[in-house]
Amino acid sequence: MTIAASTELICFVILSGVIITGGLGVILLRNIVYSAFLLGGVFMAVAGLYLLLNASFVAAAQILVYVGAVNVLILFAIMLVNKKEDLKPIKGLQVRRLLSGGVCAGLLALLIRVDLTTPWPVPGPKAIGEKATERIGEHLFTDYLLPFELASVLLLMAMIGAIVLARRDVLLTDVGTGDSVDQGLIEKPISPLLIDKSKS
Amino acid sequence: MVESINYQIPLSAFLVLASLLFCIGVWGLINSRNAVRVLMSIELMLNAVNINLMSFSAYLDGDLIRGQVFSVFVITVAAAEAAVGLAILLSLYRNRITIDMENFNLLRW
Repeated sequence: MTIAASTELICFVILSGVIITGGLGVILLRNIVYSAFLLGGVFMAVAGLYLLLNASFVAAAQILVYVGAVNVLILFAIMLVNKKEDLKPIKGLQVRRLLSGGVCAGLLALLIRVDLTTPWPVPGPKAIGEKATERIGEHLFTDYLLPFELASVLLLMAMIGAIVLARRDVLLTDVGTGDSVDQGLIEKPISPLLIDKSKS
Repeated sequence: MVESINYQIPLSAFLVLASLLFCIGVWGLINSRNAVRVLMSIELMLNAVNINLMSFSAYLDGDLIRGQVFSVFVITVAAAEAAVGLAILLSLYRNRITIDMENFNLLRW
């Protein structure tokens, strides 16, 4: 085994350890802020795996989009809904956890069996290596042009939708003149949409 | 440099890792009571799928790295999903003043 190969192996072992322990921490830790930061660590480790697989463009996109945007968004959401609440104990929570754990373990066993027993045609054709970024660009502007354009429309819709959904309550009068303002469809005065039945 | 994937790591190692991460995500999705943690679990599952796509693209697809293109699309959709999901969560929180998943049972039969 050459030095390069063993380095690759060591990197893979370390990264997968980080991914698995980080993922377990994300779902098991009590403090949600720790979970969010661990999630960032998991995203970075996944980007490291992509580098190991010779995909530098996707690794960079992963770090930019996931660590830079999604994780920060999650942290902001945690900050905005930051309320210490004691969760009411539910009857049969432990049974529920065990049952779903059993189902997940079964799914895991099934997936691992498929992973290990299928005869993958490895080694396949030679990997492309450093020219991957150029090839991704060619794909995006030739045979994947329609999904690419649809993705841009999807991003625009998601942006507008997120803004509309997350708006704070609005002023129904103009701040300067005091006249009433018709805010149209998207803005509405604050009123609880959902009646909390647990209080009554 | 092109030869730098020398198949020291078998493909199934990547696949097993992705399966583990996916199942962790499923368990967290079912069992979390904090709504933000549910969104985090969804992100974990999307990442597991991305690992699968990337490893298939590196080991089996050769010149046509379609798996990488697909994972770029998955990353895009995941970003949109996270934005909309967190906005829905914010407006739910404003209406119900809680983020406990057990209280979001308005549509329960």
